Amino acid sequence: MLGLDADRLRADLNRLLAFLFHQGILDEQYLQLQQLQDESSPNFVSEVVNIYFHESEKLLRNLRSLLMDREFSDYDKMGIHLNQFIGSSSSIGAKRVRNVCVAFRAASDQNNRAGCLRALELLEHEYCILKNKLHELFQIEQQRLLAAGVRYPMLN
Amino acid sequence: MNLQMTFARYTERTAFERPLTSGVAYAVRVLHSEREQFEKHQGWTIKRMDTLEKNPVHKDDYNPDLFEPSPIQEEYAPVIFAQDIISHVISIDLLSGKEDRENVLRARKSGKGVLTAPFPLLKTNRLGVILTFAVYKRDLPSNATPNERIQATNGYLGGVFDVESLVEKLLQQLASKQKILVNVLDTTNQSYPVSMYGSNASDDGLELVSHLNFGDPFRKHEMRCRFKQKPPWPWLAITTSIGILVIALLVGHIFHATVNRIAKVEDDCHKMMELKKQAEAADVAKSQFLATVSHEIRTPMNGVLGMLHMLMDTDLDVTQLDYVRTAQASGKALVALINEVLDQAKIESGKLELEEVQFDLRAVLDDVLSLFSGKAQDKGVELAVFISDRVPEMLIGDPGRFRQIITNLMGNSIKFTEKGHIHVTVHLVEEVIDSIEVETEFSSNNTLSGFPVADRRQSWKGFRTFSQEGSIHPFSDSINIIVSVEDTGEGIPIEAQSRVFTPFMQVGPSISRTHGGTGIGLSISKCLVNLMKGEIGFVSIPKIGSTFTFTAVFTSGSSSSKEYKSQQINNQTNSVSSEFRGKRALVVDPRSVRAKVSRYHIQRLGIHVEVVSDWKQGLSSISRGSSAFNMVLIEQEVWDQDLNGSAHFIDNLEKIAITTPKVFLLSNSISSSRANTTTSGVCNLTVIPKPLRASMLAASLQRAMGDGNKGNPRNGEVPSLSLRNLLLGRKILIVDDNNVNLKVAAGALRKYGADVVSASRGMEAIELLTPPHRFDACFMDIQMPEMDGFEATRRIRDSEQNINDRIHFGELSVETYNNISNWHVPILAMTADVIQATHEACLRCGMDGYVSKPFEAEQLYREVSRFFH
Repeated sequence: MLGLDADRLRADLNRLLAFLFHQGILDEQYLQLQQLQDESSPNFVSEVVNIYFHESEKLLRNLRSLLMDREFSDYDKMGIHLNQFIGSSSSIGAKRVRNVCVAFRAASDQNNRAGCLRALELLEHEYCILKNKLHELFQIEQQRLLAAGVRYPMLN
Repeated sequence: MNLQMTFARYTERTAFERPLTSGVAYAVRVLHSEREQFEKHQGWTIKRMDTLEKNPVHKDDYNPDLFEPSPIQEEYAPVIFAQDIISHVISIDLLSGKEDRENVLRARKSGKGVLTAPFPLLKTNRLGVILTFAVYKRDLPSNATPNERIQATNGYLGGVFDVESLVEKLLQQLASKQKILVNVLDTTNQSYPVSMYGSNASDDGLELVSHLNFGDPFRKHEMRCRFKQKPPWPWLAITTSIGILVIALLVGHIFHATVNRIAKVEDDCHKMMELKKQAEAADVAKSQFLATVSHEIRTPMNGVLGMLHMLMDTDLDVTQLDYVRTAQASGKALVALINEVLDQAKIESGKLELEEVQFDLRAVLDDVLSLFSGKAQDKGVELAVFISDRVPEMLIGDPGRFRQIITNLMGNSIKFTEKGHIHVTVHLVEEVIDSIEVETEFSSNNTLSGFPVADRRQSWKGFRTFSQEGSIHPFSDSINIIVSVEDTGEGIPIEAQSRVFTPFMQVGPSISRTHGGTGIGLSISKCLVNLMKGEIGFVSIPKIGSTFTFTAVFTSGSSSSKEYKSQQINNQTNSVSSEFRGKRALVVDPRSVRAKVSRYHIQRLGIHVEVVSDWKQGLSSISRGSSAFNMVLIEQEVWDQDLNGSAHFIDNLEKIAITTPKVFLLSNSISSSRANTTTSGVCNLTVIPKPLRASMLAASLQRAMGDGNKGNPRNGEVPSLSLRNLLLGRKILIVDDNNVNLKVAAGALRKYGADVVSASRGMEAIELLTPPHRFDACFMDIQMPEMDGFEATRRIRDSEQNINDRIHFGELSVETYNNISNWHVPILAMTADVIQATHEACLRCGMDGYVSKPFEAEQLYREVSRFFH
């Protein structure tokens, strides 16, 4: 039963990954990331992604507060935040978030406040999707590991 | 009569003084009272004239006796003396003629000369005038009254003017070709001028009117002259003026045309300039476009290649594996092509800069040789490199680009060569100019493989360097080297030779199908050679081969005290060569060019070399030699030609020599030599595969001499170490302000077995990397707040330099710095933006290279392998 469960979960996982790749939410860098995970660092991916979430939320908060400040918008600072966002997003393979960030940065380079606001909305939206999907992915992964983990002692 | 005779003779003789008069006569005043006496005295009666005037007689019939005697008058004026030609007028009374009478009366009244109106003369009947002067008995005062004058009158002197003959005489004097028509008129009466001479032709056209003065103010005469014919057209003037007009028109036209032309040319020139600007702009735009597009293609291509690489690690059946391999090979070819295009674009947009680092030319060529050795062995083509002793050990320049040129030329050669050899020679330019040996040696068929080659001297014929020999400064640091790559391939067709250096030009469309490539290589090489202040040229004979030659200017590495990044390979050969220093080797090779190559490589190991051309010489030099040879290297050709001779040689070798030298066979292809070794049955024969390279040679010798069990893994063929092997156990510092990136990069390096330390700020990195430390390398993000990667690197380098200097001057002891006197930690830039962080920018601040972020295994390997061995 449990073994079957693990197989089903693996299929689910693959389906979800295929979906994310197809939608362009993730790219091959995520696979590279998964490759880096081995016995010595079993939770590498989730660790990295959690740091990413933490950092990204901080960045999003900063960006929003910068843009909401009606008096003055510090575009330079915004550019630095966005560069960070782009870097970390490409590191985990969050392709769509990264692309939105690039557009955001372009708008910020042109001091285009309206464009920045639109990009921020879109970025928050994309980030939400990514976060939900990755959470879903990790849940399945965890269940699969659990299922697999249960299975091995039985074999031994 | 005597008086008449005297008068006649006198007047005749003085006629020349009166050219205008036809005759002169003298009449006396005779009063009626004196008539009888006078007639008696003279012997004739006074005759009258008026009848004559009325009935003019014919000239021939003239007879003065026919004149009637003059009727009784108050006084008479009979002519007594006359010139001979008018002697017929003697005895005629002048006062009887109407014209004469008037004349005579006026003359004696006025005391001046008086003219008659024109009238027909006696006898001749021609028109004439008579000028009459009065002769007085005594001198009269000028204001004497007419009466006094009449009383005092003695006689009258008359001169006959024959107008016709007069004018004719005049006209004779006017020697003119044009016949002149002259009319003489008496215009005393203005309204009825009396024509005295000339026909009454209608007076039209030009007429010259001049007044004649015969001395009588009472009478007026004028002469009208005109040309008999109408004046001819002035043809000369007309033609001249027309000619001048035509010439003027032509000149005008020419001038106009010239001005137009100049304007047009100027206009064209402006247009050309415009077009040129446009073309240049287009060219730059093209280069930028190429650079951008190439980069945009390269990025996803790396993804594709990476995924293919990963795919190969998965479970694949044979067919799938084959497909993946093909895909990967194609992908790699595409990336190589894109890199080439990017190079070309960079060169064209002037963005390519050359490095200035110290490097070992020989090591670079060894490297290139090893790259092609496999291919050359497959094809059975002999590959050799010879570098002149005079080329310095260390040069300063761009080894990467130099290598690229050589690789390019050799790649081409190996592509088109099926038999024979490829021979690379490096000399100093001065050497080639000076040395006659080099000049003559290659003129014969004495080549590496014995095949004829294209004379390489032809390939550098047009080089500027050779034409201006004087410009080479013997004392300057610059080293001007000349490199030739000679092959015995199929050559370049004559018609294609002119466009060899044009980008994307290949000999024919079939070439790219059979041999691959884009045809951009030579054009890039030419650009690179130009950047190195050199020239490239070639000579090619179809079916015989091609020889490409280029020059390049480097600086001498040894003379400069500046610290340059030196390549590690150099240290390798140095360490190896020390083992063989002072040993002696004998090379048996009849072909001097090949022997020279062998000698060059063996000498690099510090071994003293002697070359002989056959067995006999070999044996004699071994037996004669004062010190023993440690090794004998035999060219395979010599070995194969005479197996008996070789066996004999080996036998004798053991007998003659003091210590038996090791025998090596220099072989071109491994497989055939192996077969031969077994057949020859000589046990201690070691085969050294060609192409010869110092490191490989050293490894072979080491193995065979048996004293090299230390086993330096770096020698011999470079093992294809995996990234894991390179990075295992290395202590690496990663600096990135982005925690996610830091984590991912650390994870990646850790996976390859590295010991990773992370830092999130530039300052942290500087602290950690201040010597002494135990880091083997550092990966640094470029974009960091507070202090970016460039700045951090610069500070690290400064601090390293400071400590190195102080160690050097003994201020700090080496022991406290882990016994390292020259601190230089490799720092690689990590960047997501390849365009922004160019190689040059990284090098400028002291970085050693850059890797893209996220890591790509191949690139990471390429960069890391430069420091870890």
